[in-house]
Amino acid sequence: MTQPVFLGMPTAPPGVGQLRSRRPFPEAARAALGDAQLRRNLAKATGTIRAKRAAVVEELPDWAELRAAGAAIKDQVLAGLDGYLVQLEEQVSARGGVVHWARDANEANRIVTDLVKAAGAGEVVKVKSMATQEIGLNEALATAGIAAWETDLAELIVQLGHDSPSHILVPAIHRNRAEIREIFLREMGKVGLPAPPDLSDEPRALAEAARLHLRRKFLEAEVAVSGANFAVAETGTLAVVESEGNGRMCLTLPRVLITVMGIEKLVPTWRDLEVFLQLLPRSSTGERMNPYTSMWTGVHDGDGPSEFHLVLLDNGRTATLADPQGRSALRCIRCSACLNVCPVYERTGGHAYGSVYPGPIGAVLSPQMTGVADNASLPYASTLCGACYDVCPVAIDIPQMLVHLRSRVVDAKREASRTPSPERVVMAAAAWTMDSPARWAGALRAARLGRLLGGRRGRITALPPPLSAWTGTRDVPLPPSQTFRDWWTRRERRRRRNP
Amino acid sequence: MRVALFVTCLVDGLFPDVGKATVGLLERLGCAVEVPLAQTCCGQMHVNTGYLREAVPLVRRHVAAFDGYDAVVAPSGSCAGSVRHQHAWLASEAGDPELAAAAREVASRTFELSEFLVDVLGVTDVGAFYPHRVTYHPTCHSLRVLRVGDRPLRLLREVGGIDLVELPQAEACCGFGGTFAVKNPDTSAAMLADKMHNVLSTRAEVCSASDSSCLLHIGGGLSRLRAGVRTVHLAEILASTRTEQPEMAT
Repeated sequence: MTQPVFLGMPTAPPGVGQLRSRRPFPEAARAALGDAQLRRNLAKATGTIRAKRAAVVEELPDWAELRAAGAAIKDQVLAGLDGYLVQLEEQVSARGGVVHWARDANEANRIVTDLVKAAGAGEVVKVKSMATQEIGLNEALATAGIAAWETDLAELIVQLGHDSPSHILVPAIHRNRAEIREIFLREMGKVGLPAPPDLSDEPRALAEAARLHLRRKFLEAEVAVSGANFAVAETGTLAVVESEGNGRMCLTLPRVLITVMGIEKLVPTWRDLEVFLQLLPRSSTGERMNPYTSMWTGVHDGDGPSEFHLVLLDNGRTATLADPQGRSALRCIRCSACLNVCPVYERTGGHAYGSVYPGPIGAVLSPQMTGVADNASLPYASTLCGACYDVCPVAIDIPQMLVHLRSRVVDAKREASRTPSPERVVMAAAAWTMDSPARWAGALRAARLGRLLGGRRGRITALPPPLSAWTGTRDVPLPPSQTFRDWWTRRERRRRRNP
Repeated sequence: MRVALFVTCLVDGLFPDVGKATVGLLERLGCAVEVPLAQTCCGQMHVNTGYLREAVPLVRRHVAAFDGYDAVVAPSGSCAGSVRHQHAWLASEAGDPELAAAAREVASRTFELSEFLVDVLGVTDVGAFYPHRVTYHPTCHSLRVLRVGDRPLRLLREVGGIDLVELPQAEACCGFGGTFAVKNPDTSAAMLADKMHNVLSTRAEVCSASDSSCLLHIGGGLSRLRAGVRTVHLAEILASTRTEQPEMAT
């Protein structure tokens, strides 16, 4: 098969941020699968949110049309991305904002660090943002001696726990409230207002402790860093959709606001937001509308930040755009509906994917952003059951894309080595056998020898590698004494003799 | 009507009784069934593992083998899905528009068994008798690739003597996923554990599905646990009558 060539399309660089798994997925998953507490938390959380989403999607008679519109708008953006980005830059600049272009994570981190230094600040407050997680901004700022405080409740839990997010929307989905109480008691005092010593694990008490701790951060911060859910090209307006009000605090209180946004987050016009503000909350939190939607356009005297910087981030997105069969992954609005329905994610959790983008969308997005060689096991981390495609609000055909990316993985390995892997040998041999009915019938007859493997047990309980991976937990029935085609051939012969 | 049985490689080699049951059922309903012996495998395993190049000759073979029939019927949602949703795409990828056109043609006449019975033959009561407690796993590709909906259940509800019990979380994947089961054995086993838990909770003696691959997986797990539940393909249940119970004979 001919694969597109990605010459001159840089992928996300290694050594910075979090897009690459250090371990192959099957290995990382194994550890997670053994954690009974994690399994219980995940099953409970994903099950709840799945049901909520289904209920609020069901009540919209035009969901299918909204979904088609969402996909079409995003495709329009991707097809004209060059023009829309320039339009956005013009509009943001005309309204007093400053636009910065970042080719990759390193450039983006350097731009933000310099801006914070220029503002004379030693710390920043942060709105939950996938883009800044992707580029490892907090770590980069820490290296420069700048403290970044996460203000989203779940991100705060993750940060205080010296942990990493495991879900796009619910980053602390792997923690339960007893663990959260422990983390708050142990860590809050080290970085700010301590948690009350008699803190219980009641959700209300935990939330109150976080409010008090964060309130001081909001009031002291000079600089805020956010991501963006959407940017409107025609007006230069940015939008952040959230549930806790921490975003509203960060976007309005500090003097300087820095927004880091992936270049695919655009919509052409204000009218297009109407579609996404229906699709996103219903798909992500299972709400008809999220509690806080903040939009800002440039800067205004005496109202909100007096300085606004927009950092436009590529970091492998143009490389993703270059693949006609992979580019629709850039439609993603980070709702995480696909994570919540994925039977693999539900059992392994997000850390097994090794990237800030876990679950089905991560399995198609991360390998494209890094180049498939660096996340080669991720396209295989799916049974292709199709549940993700059904719920995707922008109709990304994730199963089809996974198959395509698997072929890119196989072709990359073909290019890299002339010596075929054992898998390649098996696949080639199987294809050769199946390309001839005579060889195929012969192979099936030979497989009857497998009856010997079963002995007197009547089933096969152990096979050599790689099939031992199957028989580790599953039996195989004995091959039949007669294949279907032999039965049919005999029956036809009989019928011809005695019509 | 000239009906060709696309028996699938798995049924051919490992579950011939499913093929025999499908033939018996279709003939009982008045179809003249033929089995083109030029068929081998639709190539889904190759495609889904990323070996597109190797799969192209298998698509060419499949398309040629099933040319000219009024209908092609498969006792598998997954294999019918591969023909309908992958063959033409693969041929285009390989730069062969003629093969793509021929593949689309064959795909338009390819049906999963329950689709063929309900939509083409227009029957839900196939005159079957099966006096057992049965739960039904609807299989991912039947549901989400072919969209067969409740057709298998409509067929099962008409079966005489059956005690059909609803499977909790029926639409969840069993964890098979072709080579996924071997490449990600731990995750696959975790998914299977939950599927088996749900099957066992129904107290059914039979777990049915319209895909031998899913049944190979679920059945392999149940067998390992000595759970006392057997897996039986939908075709075998529908082929059973008061006088003939092929599945029980083997």
